[in-house]
Order: sequence, then C-alpha cells, then structure tokens
Amino acid sequence: MSVASTQAHPAGAATAGGLGVRGSRGPRRDRRFKPFGPSPLLIAFVVVPLLIESVAVFWPAIQGVYISLTHWNGVNPPTFAGLDNYRRMFDDPVFRKALENTAIWLVLFGTVSAAGGLGCAMFLQRERRGIAVYRAALFLPVVFSLTATALMWQTLYQPRGLANGLLSAIGLGSWQHAWLADPRTALYAQILPALWREIGYVMVLYLAGLKGIDPALHEAAKVDGASAWQQFRNVTLPQLRSVNAVVLSVIVIDSLRSFDVVWSLTQGGPYNSSQLLSTYMYQTAFVNTDFGYGCALAVVIFVLAFGVIVSYLIRAFKETD
Amino acid sequence: MAATTPGPNAVPSARPSAMSSAARPAPRRGPGRSLRTAGFHTGAILLSAVWFLPIALILIISLRSTDDVLGHGLNALPHSFHPGNYASAWTGGGMEHALVNSAVIAVPSVALTLLLASMAAFALSRYEIPLRRTLILVMLGGNLLPPQILLVPVAKLSQVFGVYDTLTTLIVVEVGFGLGFYVFVLQGFMRSIPAEIQQAALIDGAGPFQIYWRIVLPLTRPALAALGALAFTWIFNDLLWPITVLITESKMPVTPALLTLQGQFVSYWNVIAAGSVIAAVPTVAVFLRFQRHFISGLNLGAVK
Repeated sequence: MSVASTQAHPAGAATAGGLGVRGSRGPRRDRRFKPFGPSPLLIAFVVVPLLIESVAVFWPAIQGVYISLTHWNGVNPPTFAGLDNYRRMFDDPVFRKALENTAIWLVLFGTVSAAGGLGCAMFLQRERRGIAVYRAALFLPVVFSLTATALMWQTLYQPRGLANGLLSAIGLGSWQHAWLADPRTALYAQILPALWREIGYVMVLYLAGLKGIDPALHEAAKVDGASAWQQFRNVTLPQLRSVNAVVLSVIVIDSLRSFDVVWSLTQGGPYNSSQLLSTYMYQTAFVNTDFGYGCALAVVIFVLAFGVIVSYLIRAFKETD
Repeated sequence: MAATTPGPNAVPSARPSAMSSAARPAPRRGPGRSLRTAGFHTGAILLSAVWFLPIALILIISLRSTDDVLGHGLNALPHSFHPGNYASAWTGGGMEHALVNSAVIAVPSVALTLLLASMAAFALSRYEIPLRRTLILVMLGGNLLPPQILLVPVAKLSQVFGVYDTLTTLIVVEVGFGLGFYVFVLQGFMRSIPAEIQQAALIDGAGPFQIYWRIVLPLTRPALAALGALAFTWIFNDLLWPITVLITESKMPVTPALLTLQGQFVSYWNVIAAGSVIAAVPTVAVFLRFQRHFISGLNLGAVK
C-alpha cells in the first residue's frame, strides 16, 4: 500500500456506521477472519502495546491539558487557575510573535517545500541514466538530524561563511549580513535549512504519486493536442490529489514540530525574533519552569494541529476498510 | 516503471519508457532529442550540485586546521589537512560516548517498536477483534499528537515514579510515542496477506502464535525492514525527547550531545563540522545500506 495505490481503494466502507465491527461476523468480509473469537494471546497482543502507549502518551496528554489549567512552578503543588493561562496569552507579546512566526513558517515552509518537491519530482521522474544519483543527492539531507543540519548551516551563515561569500561573488556584497544575529533575518535564515531537508522528502512522496498515474491519460491528452501546461493542470494535478493530501499533512505536522532547528541555532532569539510556539513552549516550561503556562501553549499547538490530525484520521479510517 | 500500456495512438519511439515522460513533450527526433538529454543532465547536475554544496563545504572545513580556517576564511580552499578535528569531536567533544548511548537507546527501541507493533497489527488485521477499527485509529491518533503536550507530564510523571533521567524511560517514551504509526502501517500490510495461507496453517493445527511467528512475520519482512530503517533514523535523530527525559550530560545520545559540543567549541567551526559529520554518518550508512527499503518506507508511512 504505497501512496500510489491509495487511489485504488474503493471508498466503500467509509460510512460512519463502520465504527466498531463488533460481532460483524456476517457476510461482510469474513473470509479474512478466523472463524472464532480472539484467544487470550491475541487480546494480550493488543492490550500490551495499548498499555504502553497509554502510559507514554494518552495519560500524559490528559495530564497536560489539566496542568494547563493550573499555576505550577514545580516547587509548590499546582493550584487550580481555570483559564488564567489562556487569558494571559492575549497580553503576551512574545506569544503573539511566536504565533506569527509559526504562521510564517507554516506558509513559507509549506508552499516552498510542496512546490519545490513537486518540481523536483517532475524534473527527475523519468527513469534514465544517472537519475538515481540525482535523486540521492536531493534526498541525502533527509537522513541528517535537524540539529546536525542546523549546525552545518550555522557555519555557512557565519560572517565569513558561504552565504556571504556567494553574495559578494555575484556582486551583492552590500547584502552581506550576520544572518542569525539580525532579528529581521533570523527566522528566515532558519527556514532555509529546514527546506533544504524537506524538499527531498516531499520529492520522494511525489515521485511515488507520479509513478501511479496511468501513462495512457497523458497519451490521450497529447493526442487531443493538450500543451504541457494543460497536461499538468488537467491530468497531473488532479491525479495527484491523494498525494497532495499526504504532503499537506506531512508539512503541517513537520512545521509544528520544527523545534529542533530553532532550538539548536537561536533558541528563539535574538530578542524572541525567531521564537516559534514550540520553542516558546519549551522555554516557558523547562527554562522558566512555568509549567502551567507551558502546557497551555502546548494545548494551543494541539488545537492548531487538530484539523490536520482529524483529516488524517478520516483518511486512515477510509483505508482500514 | 511499471508496464506502460502502449496505446494504439502512441508515437513510435526508441524505448517504451520514453512514453511515460509525463507533462513534458516526448522527445521526437534525433538531434533535438540528444540536445534535450544534454539539457536535462546539465540542469540535474546543477541542481544536485547546489544541494550537495553545503555538505561538501562542511566536509572540507571539518578537515582543515584551526589556523587555516582563521587565516584563510571558511570558504577558502584547504591549505591544511587536519583530521585531528575528528579526534577532538570524538573524545574531547564526547561524540564517542554519545554514539554508544545512541546505540543503547536506538537498537532496543527499534526492536521493541517493531515487535509490539507487529503483535498488535497481527491481532487487529488477521482476527475479528471487537472495536478493531477504533483501536487502530486511537493508537494512530496518539502518534499524531504534537509531542509538546506530553513533555511536562512525561518529565513530571517519570520524576514521581523515580525513573527520570534513565535511558530505560527514554526507550519507553520513544517506543510508546511511535507505536500507533507502525501499528497502522503494519496492519494495512498484513491485511493484504491472503487468508488461504492462514487457513492452511490452521488446518495443520497451528495456533495463533505459530501463525504470527512462522507465517505472518516472515511475510511481513519487507515492511518490517522499511519501518525499521525509518524508525532507526527518527529515534537516532531525535532531540526533543532526550532533552526532556534526560538531564545528565553523560547519558545524552548524539543529537543533544552535538549541542553540547557546539557550546564547548564555540567558533571552532572545523570541530563543530566534524561533530556534525560524525552525527550524520550512522543514518547515512543505514540509508545507503537499505536505500530501497528506506524509500518504500517513506511511502508506506505516507498513507497518511
């Protein structure tokens, strides 16, 4: 079940009534199932992983929401505060900055990596000599950690580093800059390494999607005299719809998780100019030990991600027939 | 490319694969075609070079002496060959110790993740478990949560239970947080195994465990290899969980250790470069060794 094959799934069992197939041993798809109920071993097979996930994820998540409703500095016991922490956000300029930066990150990082990934995939889609090397070159950064990537780019951004060197080489010496130290450029200078790493990933997703398009469609369009642009607009893009949905969720989830680059390079500075919600949350909770407000910020991140999570789950639901 | 069905109207061309070139006009006649090919390769080489440039420069800087870097600048051609930076990062910067920690964390985490996820996926895909769909989605949903909402509670709960700052806790957290995703992918894969195989085993008197261990797991090997390569990379590269669950410097795995090294060797760009290279080598090795699995794993995972 690659991305390419998701289109082949009949949207059959997508009705809400499909939730919980308790006792549906009927004619539906019983040939897949063993004809008797689960043995204790099978129950253990499900319950043990579920318990581990509950301890590591579900229980802490509930706790996190509760802590967001308290004042807690980690020394004194938490005191219930209602929605105080959420009210505080309205008067918090750093929160506003972090929210704004997260939005900028999402839009810039999202559009450029989607467009760049699709462009690279279309450019490199045909199997021909040397193609594997080109693809590997674009993909290689994907396996680096974001932290290692960030440190590599930190070197390139130094006053006498590659970025300024290239600028002066092409006659733009006056644009030279302390990229990470200037509040006006710190955020953008950190989106670039994240993009460098994401485009190869998105390219791989689109390559699989392009592979799944029936070439007969393009042949037919060509015979009808469609131009390259018309083919792209009316054949390629509609055929990629399911991959687009995948890419969108990957990008949104990755941007909301893009903590590592900023934490490695500027920790949100200078003067909070590159603060993201994720870095501000970490700083609030673990540097300033303001656990209540930190958890409230985490809940905001969750709410922002909620739409994507739900749409992802709906698609997953349709696939698990 | 999978079998391209040559339509009746297809323009005859040298190779059938040429027809599948979507979205750009198919190359037609002799000279135009070779020109196009040359153009493609020029563009592709340029693109790859731009992508590879940062890596090449970091590799070069990591091999230059500090005097050379200070004297000639970061962009200069190397005037020295100084592999000693790697020694500095390896021992002085603590990368050696950190790599051991990373192995101690990543290897059991990956093995446990695959074992537990395949168990759950097996039961949920091959048997009629009540609420199976709900269970799958609940587990997947847990993996999609932004980790930030878990950080404070996980740190505090592990303090309450006296397991804060231990590698075991980090392993449990990495396994627990990833599980849902792997269960989801694996159950999809296992559902495509024909029921007849299982029925035949059943007739031969095999119990569920034998069916799991002897039949379904071996058939799931490609997916397990793909997910294993992915999981190793993700866990090895992770920064957020180690800095949340661990506090002792000597327990840190590679990624947070790299930040320590950055603080320790401020402005020694050659040593920092060497440290980054050391941190990247294991995942690059996994990628090169399991390249095909790796790519198919990303697409397996992409049934998002």
